Amino acid sequence: MSTGASGLNAAVVEIKGVVKRYGATSVVRGIGFSCREGEMVGLAGHNGAGKSTLFKMMLGIIAADEGDILLFGEPVRGSRFREVRRAIGYLPEHVALYDNLSGLETLRFFARLKSADPSRCKSLLERVGLGEAMHRAVREYSKGMRQRLGFAQALLGEPRLLLLDEPTNGLDPEAIHGFYNVLQQLRNDGTTIILSSHLLAEIQSRVDRLVIMASGKLVAEGTVTALATASGLPARLAVTPREGARDRVRGALLAAGFLPQDTPDGLVQAAVTLSQRMTLLRVLAALSDELLEYTLTEPTLEDVFLRHQRGSTWVERAA
Amino acid sequence: MKRASCWQWRLVAAIAAKEWRDRLRNRWVLAVAVVFGAFALLIAYFGGAQSGVVGLRSAAATVASLTSLAIYLVPLIALLLGFDAVVGERERGVLDLLLSQPITRAELLIGKYLGLAAALSMATLVGFGAALVPLAPSMDGAALVIYLRFVGSALMLGLAFLSLAVLVSTVARDRTRATGAAIALWFGFVLVFDLSLLGVLVASAGSHASTWAPYALLLNPADVFRVINVFGADALRSSFGLGTLMAQGWNAPATLYSVLLAWIAAPLGVALWRFR
Repeated sequence: MSTGASGLNAAVVEIKGVVKRYGATSVVRGIGFSCREGEMVGLAGHNGAGKSTLFKMMLGIIAADEGDILLFGEPVRGSRFREVRRAIGYLPEHVALYDNLSGLETLRFFARLKSADPSRCKSLLERVGLGEAMHRAVREYSKGMRQRLGFAQALLGEPRLLLLDEPTNGLDPEAIHGFYNVLQQLRNDGTTIILSSHLLAEIQSRVDRLVIMASGKLVAEGTVTALATASGLPARLAVTPREGARDRVRGALLAAGFLPQDTPDGLVQAAVTLSQRMTLLRVLAALSDELLEYTLTEPTLEDVFLRHQRGSTWVERAA
Repeated sequence: MKRASCWQWRLVAAIAAKEWRDRLRNRWVLAVAVVFGAFALLIAYFGGAQSGVVGLRSAAATVASLTSLAIYLVPLIALLLGFDAVVGERERGVLDLLLSQPITRAELLIGKYLGLAAALSMATLVGFGAALVPLAPSMDGAALVIYLRFVGSALMLGLAFLSLAVLVSTVARDRTRATGAAIALWFGFVLVFDLSLLGVLVASAGSHASTWAPYALLLNPADVFRVINVFGADALRSSFGLGTLMAQGWNAPATLYSVLLAWIAAPLGVALWRFR
């Protein structure tokens, strides 16, 4: 299989101007982005934003009406795409497997289809925490266990590109932790990972880059920090004044151009834009004897996401 | 590059093996074989009860009775077996996962068909074959040929309707519609077609009986099956309605088996085209 441009950080995924229509409705409208080798990219968007459709087009399950998708330099649905598929692991949003097969039989079936080594199925099941349940029928599996089996299926054949659609659906916190540990190991080994999730807080600290889709369009793309900066969302300051110092703290913040607000639990809060950061440092230094503690919270991925979902039609590319 | 895109029977076999194993595991093969076997034995023994005779009859008479039964039963079972082969997987959400694997759609569909066909063939051969055990002692060579011809053509009839079922499965948008289409096909081919044809012939006072009517039977695999088995026994030719209308020479075995083969291949071909 060709790997496209060779070497570290080669583009593994290249998506250019992809459009998908169902009748008169466009579900994907001119999407374009790329992913490098060893990158973990989060794909965020509201329900119906086109994320799952995009995954299916990347896998060649459905054809794009316009645009190009290249994986490892090969066009999707091209003559060599069968080979490319061997290097892709896919976990669909709704993991549906065969109830009458055991976990091990399921994995061996997909291993045959993928020409993967069937002797590794047991170790894969152990890796995802299904070692003891591998001989049980899938119909007896919980939702979380099915999800883990689906993940094991995606890992068959040591894929170099993982497409994971809402991969932590139904997993408990411990399983989610284990899941991301496995992803981190794979990423460190050079596997490119694209995952969609509604749990933005969960992926915020884990992805290298984020692609935000809304109504079939790419509305923002970049690192979480860069997106937050580019979106112009302020950080949120929360200070705990010493007893009797509340008014002086409020006054100092107000004088420096902030808009302080009292909270029911005795804090003073204020929004801090990027251009106000140095001013804030000076104010905090001057108020050091008046404060018990302070926190500055950066905009969360959810803040960024909501900012971009509010009917925004602009495309922003943050470095 | 050539190897990457060429047809891979290994993958077809993997899909077929799974379908086959599923039908064995859920005892579908066993259940259908028992149904076929039980009906065959009952008909062999009690088939002559209407005329006041009970006991094993001649192979020709048994086959004539079995043909009437198989025309209803085999298409129904084949349609039930295959109608959700694709649409069911799509509705359950497994199809996307299968199509994300390094397998082409054609390999997937053919694999499914072969697996289901193997299950249907096994059930047919074991079921109708079991009836041979009590019948065999009273059979001579010619009778054995008549019976084996019945089993073989019943197998082909089943495969033809399985092809139609798989076609329905690729066209239907959901299982409910596929179920409706499968039932409609069964009614159409097994009941409505013959009634319509008879109606036209009666209305035209039999004027088309030797022109296009015999050839119209070839448009229905169930009728082809009937003609193969009824016309195989000379003594029975006159006892079946449509059978008496046949023109001479058009019903050569090679022609009839070729038509059944076409009924297996054509719907499957359309299904492949539809599913690509």
